[in-house]
Amino acid sequence: MRKIESHHLEDIALGAAVLGTGGGGDPYVGQLMAMAAIEKYGPVNLISPEELDDEAWVVSVGMMGAPTVVVEKIPGGQEPLQAFEALKAHTGKEISAIFPIEIGGINSLIPVILAATTGLPLVDIDGMGRAFPELQMVTFHLVDIPSGPVAMADEKGNSVIVNGVDSVWSERIGRQALTTMGGSVTTCDYLMQGFQLKEAGIHHTFSLAQRIGETVRSLKHRNQSPVEALVEEVAGTLLFTGKVNNLLRRNSGGFTKGEVSLSGLGQDQGRTFTLYFQNEFLVAEADGEVVATTPDLLTVVDVETGVPVTTESLRYGNRLAVIAIPCNEKWRTVKGIETAGPRYFGYNVDYIPLGEESKERRVLQ
Amino acid sequence: MSYRIGIDVGGTHTDAVIMDNNRQLVSKIKVPTTEDIGSGIKRAIAGLLTQSELDPREIQFAMLGTTHCTNAIVERRNLAKIGVVRIGAPASLAIPPFLNWPKELLDKVFVGSHIISGGHEFDGRRIAPLDEAALREMAAEWKGKVAAVAITSIFSPVDSGDEQRAQEIFREILGDDIHYSLSSEIGSIGLIERENATILNAALVHVARLMVRGFEESLAENGIRGARIFLGQNDGTLMTSDYALRFPVLTIASGPTNSIRGAAYLTDAKGALVLDVGGTTTDIGVLVQGFPRESSLVAQIGGVRTNFRMPDLLSFGLGGGTRIRGEGDTLTVGPDSVGYLLPEKGLVFGGTDLTATDIAVAKGLTELGDRGKLGSLSPQLVESAYATMIDLVEEAIDKMKTTSDDIPAIVVGGGSIILPDQLTGVSEVIRPLHFEVANAIGVTIAEVSGQVEKIYSLEEWGRDQALEEAKRLAAGEAEAAGASADSVEIVDIEEVPLAYLPGNAVRIRVKAVGQLTI
Repeated sequence: MRKIESHHLEDIALGAAVLGTGGGGDPYVGQLMAMAAIEKYGPVNLISPEELDDEAWVVSVGMMGAPTVVVEKIPGGQEPLQAFEALKAHTGKEISAIFPIEIGGINSLIPVILAATTGLPLVDIDGMGRAFPELQMVTFHLVDIPSGPVAMADEKGNSVIVNGVDSVWSERIGRQALTTMGGSVTTCDYLMQGFQLKEAGIHHTFSLAQRIGETVRSLKHRNQSPVEALVEEVAGTLLFTGKVNNLLRRNSGGFTKGEVSLSGLGQDQGRTFTLYFQNEFLVAEADGEVVATTPDLLTVVDVETGVPVTTESLRYGNRLAVIAIPCNEKWRTVKGIETAGPRYFGYNVDYIPLGEESKERRVLQ
Repeated sequence: MSYRIGIDVGGTHTDAVIMDNNRQLVSKIKVPTTEDIGSGIKRAIAGLLTQSELDPREIQFAMLGTTHCTNAIVERRNLAKIGVVRIGAPASLAIPPFLNWPKELLDKVFVGSHIISGGHEFDGRRIAPLDEAALREMAAEWKGKVAAVAITSIFSPVDSGDEQRAQEIFREILGDDIHYSLSSEIGSIGLIERENATILNAALVHVARLMVRGFEESLAENGIRGARIFLGQNDGTLMTSDYALRFPVLTIASGPTNSIRGAAYLTDAKGALVLDVGGTTTDIGVLVQGFPRESSLVAQIGGVRTNFRMPDLLSFGLGGGTRIRGEGDTLTVGPDSVGYLLPEKGLVFGGTDLTATDIAVAKGLTELGDRGKLGSLSPQLVESAYATMIDLVEEAIDKMKTTSDDIPAIVVGGGSIILPDQLTGVSEVIRPLHFEVANAIGVTIAEVSGQVEKIYSLEEWGRDQALEEAKRLAAGEAEAAGASADSVEIVDIEEVPLAYLPGNAVRIRVKAVGQLTI
């Protein structure tokens, strides 16, 4: 067990943005909220997976909604506790620890607020190892642990319990409530026991986010390019370095879809590269050939500073490094690929794990 | 022939030029910046008119670019005492205003801050009714204590009604002499960053008056009465003086943008690094296709996060007046500077402070003042101070470059005399003619702009109509800022669909620029 204090939050937010693969919402808002909560209630205890009792009930907390709404309509601060209390009252369970559902983006830091408010420990496990847009895109879904009952709370004091027959239904119903509640809510869900979380979750990702943040920040201060060290820290591959020369975005079914083209710089001079995104970066194509896809992580950082760039903040002329990071093994199963592979998002290409040679040239149709 | 006068007030020097309508330089001058700003500007204008022998009535436009707002925030000087209100509770209580601000800056401006109920959802519905009683109560509490009030309401870029109503109520109680900053007029979506910019704007109200009134008086005293007055803003375009009084925060970072635009104009270069060396700091920017490269990162001003789109700049504490202390292991270069007092305090000028300019003179890079006054400096001290200065510059150059290839560097600004003709990582050091007044040239040649950013529901508007309306609003803003209607062009359109929401909500930002009305 170790303490998470106010001065750790900046690193965690930075690392969470790297693991957010272009989406997941701006962690800065989460960082400030967590900072205010720790100032008020004191530091949070982070426990490693082995410190969690198998029989203990644990729950995740996070935000759901449009990132643009979250950065404008900042939460009131009581939503995590309110959703937590609603779920506790509904299920009658004594809950003894909290975990992040999604280490990528703002949702890495919402559990810190609830942990500070309740005094309960935070478990160093999450359900994605990255960011994904839908509620069922978690490793718990792969072993049939349902998201529901899902408690949702808004800043006005409204709360809703969704009892979908499965996670996909909970997601669908929740989206409707979300819009009525003003486009951004805090959810408390995936109530389970310690042994389930340990088996089904991805371990040590909270600490990983913190380490990534430390790496990027310390190199920035020493005036070195953080890209190389970052690649090493995450055991990733530098796919491409280039400058944004074309950007397309469109709105479809409530999600931002688009593609961004880069022309190569330095060693990649003369090559072209395209990233396809739906909130997160999902497919990478070099000179027309698919080189990496979801569920592997595609993270994009500013060349000079190593600071991650989101799909919403992309601009013409940005100089970027694209880094691919292997996803957790749990995503590389048949059900994992079905749930979060390229075909689920509508890209007509097979998933081939990062590092494995493709037998034929893969192209998008 | 009609002429325009352009002035750039830096921390150390006030630079000024007169250009004709074909944008040819007629006259240039450099005078020390004075503590009251105005008398320095006055001297510069008088000097220009004497040199050029022009009739002051022929001056049609007067442009002022200044780093005074930036300096005021960074140095925490002349800032106004302000009240801050955020409208949107119960939302946003999790992050109170001023959270994560540098404490010494907060202490300078803070009178009170409240979050009250009101504000809107993304689709224009209300979050809660506006708490007018709370507004009246805080106005009474602040009466006699505040010089300005910053008002920010949630989703005010969609509906600014609550901010306007709050201003009315404050006006009733606090009167017209108090400045009101409304967030919907200053920034875009992103509550904390917009609120921060609004607070800074309110805190700059005294500085704005010093800046604008000083300029008007200086012109009038030199017989320039009919000229239209403009101020340079951070995107390299101009705004009218009335605008600048209301939105001083928009002048922040105009200096570096102007020097990059000026450097481009003077050299015809399309791609290069631009090093603008002033009295206190050096700013390195990147010239891409004749314009400054924009930063993809959030803009921090004096330790406060805002959402301005800034030129991608690296600033570090080295300028002509940078103070050098100690020797051997205790040697330090800056970051403080004697600033505008260089001509009194520098050793070569008979003063007692060792500065970067003295080291440059000792090294023979430039001839200035009286070399004989440097006799007591040990050669080791000169060498190690110089090496430290060059290290600072080369490290910064390396950070701003995106390839390992050497690229040209244009060096401008009065302090650039402390730089040598060769630098590691640079293919060629270019010192254009008129390098010392590049900022003044940049602000003189600038256009005027207008920008609008709003969220539209495409189901309600239809895409084409939403875009048309946004373009119309932006063009209107540019005209309000002084552009002639027939020259207004839309230069930038950005459409960002709002993820995770049905109803096809989309954020549209449009920027228009145009030539000054003649």
